[in-house]
Amino acid sequence: MKAAVLTFPGSNCDRDLAVAFEHSGAEVHRVWHKDTSLPEGVDIVAVPGGFSFGDYLRCGAIAAQSPIGAAVRAHAQRGGYVLGICNGFQVLTEMGLLPGALMRNAGLKFICKTVELQVATTDSAFTNGYDKGARVMIPVAHHDGNYTADAETLARLKGEDRVAFTYSDNPNGSVDAIAGILSDNRRVLGMMPHPERASEVSHGGTDGSVLFRSLTGALALA
Amino acid sequence: MTEPAITPELVAAHGLKPDEYERLLGIIGREPTFTELGIFSAMWNEHCSYKSSKKWLRTLPTTGPQVICGPGENAGVVDIGDGQAVIFKMESHNHPSYIEPHQGAATGVGGILRDVFTMGARPIAAMNALSFGLPSHPKTAHLVKGVVEGVGSYGNAFGVPTVGGEVRFHRSYNGNCLVNAFAAGLADADKIFYSVASGVGMPVVYLGAKTGRDGVGGATMASAEFDDTIEEKRPTVQVGDPFTEKRLLEACLELMQTGAVISIQDMGAAGLTCSAVEMGDKGKLGIKLQLDDVPQREAAMTAYEMMLSESQERMLMVLNPELEAVARAIFVKWDLDFAIVGETIPEDRFLILHGNEVKADLPLSKLASSAPEYDRPWVETPAAGPTGDIPAIGPIEALRALIGSPNYAHKAWVYEQYDSMVMADTVRSPGLGAGVVRVHGTPKLLAFTSDVTPRYVKANPVEGGKQAVAEAYRNLCAVGARPLATTDNLNFGNPEKPEIMGQFVGAIKGIGAAVAALDMPIVSGNVSLYNETDGVGILPTPTIGAVGLLASADDLISGLPREGDMALVIGTTHGHLGQSALLAEAFGLETGDAPEVDLKAERKHGEFLRANRKLLRAATDLSDGGLALAAFEMAEAAKTGVWLESGHISTLFGEDQARYLVACDIADVPDLIEAGEKAGVKVAQVGQFGGSSVCFGTASAPLEELSGLYRSAFAKAVG
Repeated sequence: MKAAVLTFPGSNCDRDLAVAFEHSGAEVHRVWHKDTSLPEGVDIVAVPGGFSFGDYLRCGAIAAQSPIGAAVRAHAQRGGYVLGICNGFQVLTEMGLLPGALMRNAGLKFICKTVELQVATTDSAFTNGYDKGARVMIPVAHHDGNYTADAETLARLKGEDRVAFTYSDNPNGSVDAIAGILSDNRRVLGMMPHPERASEVSHGGTDGSVLFRSLTGALALA
Repeated sequence: MTEPAITPELVAAHGLKPDEYERLLGIIGREPTFTELGIFSAMWNEHCSYKSSKKWLRTLPTTGPQVICGPGENAGVVDIGDGQAVIFKMESHNHPSYIEPHQGAATGVGGILRDVFTMGARPIAAMNALSFGLPSHPKTAHLVKGVVEGVGSYGNAFGVPTVGGEVRFHRSYNGNCLVNAFAAGLADADKIFYSVASGVGMPVVYLGAKTGRDGVGGATMASAEFDDTIEEKRPTVQVGDPFTEKRLLEACLELMQTGAVISIQDMGAAGLTCSAVEMGDKGKLGIKLQLDDVPQREAAMTAYEMMLSESQERMLMVLNPELEAVARAIFVKWDLDFAIVGETIPEDRFLILHGNEVKADLPLSKLASSAPEYDRPWVETPAAGPTGDIPAIGPIEALRALIGSPNYAHKAWVYEQYDSMVMADTVRSPGLGAGVVRVHGTPKLLAFTSDVTPRYVKANPVEGGKQAVAEAYRNLCAVGARPLATTDNLNFGNPEKPEIMGQFVGAIKGIGAAVAALDMPIVSGNVSLYNETDGVGILPTPTIGAVGLLASADDLISGLPREGDMALVIGTTHGHLGQSALLAEAFGLETGDAPEVDLKAERKHGEFLRANRKLLRAATDLSDGGLALAAFEMAEAAKTGVWLESGHISTLFGEDQARYLVACDIADVPDLIEAGEKAGVKVAQVGQFGGSSVCFGTASAPLEELSGLYRSAFAKAVG
C-alpha cells in the first residue's frame, strides 16, 4: 500500500501518522501542501492532525484551499482512499469530501484524553478489522471536535451505515456522539480521535493500530 | 523624528537608579541618545542582567561528565548517549501573565520553545509550574483559566506534548502569580548551534515574524514590583502566534541542516538589542544594524521601538553569505520574513542606523559585560519556630481536607487542556509523577519533573532548596529514570530587602548542595525577582525542573498497583509534620521547620529503588501529603482500594524525605525486604492495595466517594 501524508503549515501530527502507516507496512510519501500532484500510484491520502494555518479562520478552511487540494479531490473522485484525522477531518469537511462540520467543543475547552469509542460499522476498509460494536480506547486532542450536520444528512449517514465511530461518553457535544464518518462510497473516513496515538504498546494501547492494519490488508487485496 | 531629551525623570522611568546612570555616563563619556538609554535599560535590568543574583548563581555546580553545555547559552545541553543530547531550560513569565494571563502564559511557552530550537533541537516535551493566589481571591479564577488556556493554546498548536507540571494556590501569590515554563528538545550532540558569531562582514539576518510595538519595555516591566498602576502596563505584554512559531521551528531546523547558520539567537527579552549584543560579544565582534531593513508590522516605528520591541517568533542569525540563496528559499517556503538587517564589523561597536541617522553608537563589549553587579546585603532566615500543638483529626477526615483542596485535588481540569500526546511518543502522561517520552526512533526514554515546596523554602531556605532538588530526584527515580541534570527557575520577592535576599542565598546554598550530592548539575535557569505586590513578597519559589534517562522501556516503573499488591515504604518514617500539607490544608497552619533532607539517604534510596525495579509493580515518591496522600493517589489512579495499617496522623501525613511508596506482588515482598537488609535501606510493609475502600487503621471510606471529591475539587474551586 502506498500512502501520501500531507503537510500543511501548522500540521503537527504528520510525522506521527506517517510512522503509524509505516508500522502497518505501508510505503509512505510525504507531500507538501504547495505540491500540485500526488505521487504516482498512491492508494490513500492521509490528512493529519494539527493546526493548519493556525486554525485562525474556521479550522481546516484555509488548508482546504491549498494547491494540493485539487489532486486530493481528483483522487477521491477516482475512488481513491482518504483518511482525515482531527484537523484532517476538519479539512475534509471544508473540502466537501465529507458532509457536516466540526464546531467548538460544547465545554469550550481543548480536551486531551483517551476516550472509549464504539465501532459503529465494520463495513469499510478502515474498520473491517474491528468487531462490530467493539469498544476501543483511542485518544482525542481537539478544541473543535463537536460534529454537527443537518437532520437530512444525519438521517442519510445513519441510513447508509456511514457512522464509523461514536463516543461512549460524548466529550465534545457531537450530535449523536459521532466521532467519525464515511463518505458515500465508504472510501473517505474523517474522525476526530487519533488512532496513530494508540498504535504501539508503549502508547498504553494498540486499538488504533487495527485501523491501519485493516487498511493495509484491504488495500493489498484490492 | 526628534528624540526626547534625557532628564532624570526619563532615566528613572527606564528603571535606572542614579548611580547606574552615572555608570552609564562613565562608560560612554557623554550623554546617551534616547535609543541608547533604552538599550542600556534593556541590558541592565534585572531580568536580562541578573545583577542581583549573578554572584550567587556562580556558586552552583554546573559541570559533570554528562554536561555538554551549562548555563550561558539559550538552554543547557546534556549527553544522553549514542551521539544524542537533550537540551532544556525553564523560564518564568510571571509579570506578563498576571497582567494578561492568556497571552502572558502563551508567550512564556513560546519563548522557552524558541530557546530550545534556537540551539538546533526539536522540542519533545514541555511542563508548566503555576502558582496562583487563593481560589477565593477575586482574580484567581480568571488567572487560572487564562493561564491554562494560554499554555494550552500555544503548546498544543506548536505541537509539543505537555507532560508534567505543578499547580499550587497560596495567598502570597494573590497579587503576583507565577508561570514557569519548561521545554526540552532533542538534537545530535555534534549539531548544536550556539550564539557565538564569527567572521567580519558576515550578514546579520532577521528571521520570522515582523516587528511591532508590542512588548516595548517588557523586560524593564518584568523587573519592577507591581502597584495599582498595573492595568496601564497591559500594552507591554506581547501577543503569541504559535502558528508562526511552528513554521519558524521547521524553517530553522531545515536551515541548520544546510550549513548556512554561523550563529543564531532568538529574540526574547529586549528582542533585537539582547540578541545582537550577545552574538557580537561572544564572537568578540561589533554589529552594525540598518533598521530600515527590519520587517515592520506597523508604520513609522522609531529606532527606540524597534530595538526594544518584544514581538514574538523572531530570530537573529549570522549567515554564511555563500548560502544566502538556499537560506532565503527555506524561509520563502515557510512564508516567513528573511531580511539582511546588518553585518558583523571588526571594531567593538554596536552601531544602529535608521534613515540617515546614527541612533546609537555604543561600545558593544562594555554594553554586554558592564551591567552593574550587586552584592546585595542579606540576612540569614531565622530558625523556624516550633510546630506547636496539632488539633485532633481523624485520618480520613485529614485525607478529605487534602484531596478536597485545589492544591492536592486531581489536576485533570488543567492538564486535559494540554495536548500531552502529540508526537506520539508519550509513555507516561501527566497526573502521577514524572512524565516520560520516548527518544523517537531509539529504545531510550526521557523523564521530566518539576518540583518545589515553597512553604519549606520560606521556613528554611537551605533545607527547602535541597528538598526541591531531592523531590525532583525521587520523582525521576520513581519512574525508573537515572537523574541527569536540572534547570532552576528562581522566583523570589524584592532582592533589595535583606530578608528576601537571605531567602535567595539560602535556597541557592541548599540547591547547590543537593545537585552536587545527587549528581544532577544545573545546566540552565532563570531568575525572577521583584515578585511582590504592594510590598508583600511571594513565598520563595525556586522551581526545579529535572530530566532523567531510561535505557529502554524495560527500565520503566509503573505508577499503577494491582489488586492484592502489598504496599511498602522505602526509607525511614519519623512523622515530621512541620510545614506539612496537612497543617496547611486542614488547619490553615504554616508552622514548624521544613523536613530535614539527608542527601546521602536520598541517593542511596533512589539507587536502591532503581536497582530493584524488577521487584516493583509500581512506585511513587513520598512528598507533601505524606504516605496517606501518595497511597490514595496511587490507589485512585489504579481504581482500587488501599489499606494502610497505621491510623496515626504523623505516620500517615508526616513529610519525611528520602522515602518512596512501592507496590509489590506478594511473592516478591521477601526478596525486596532482603534486598533492603543487604543494602542497609529500610523497607517496611505498611499495607495492601485492593478492595473498594480507603482504610487507614480502623477508619475507612469508600474509594468512590473520595474519588468523587478528589476529581471535582479543582473545578469547584476555580472552574
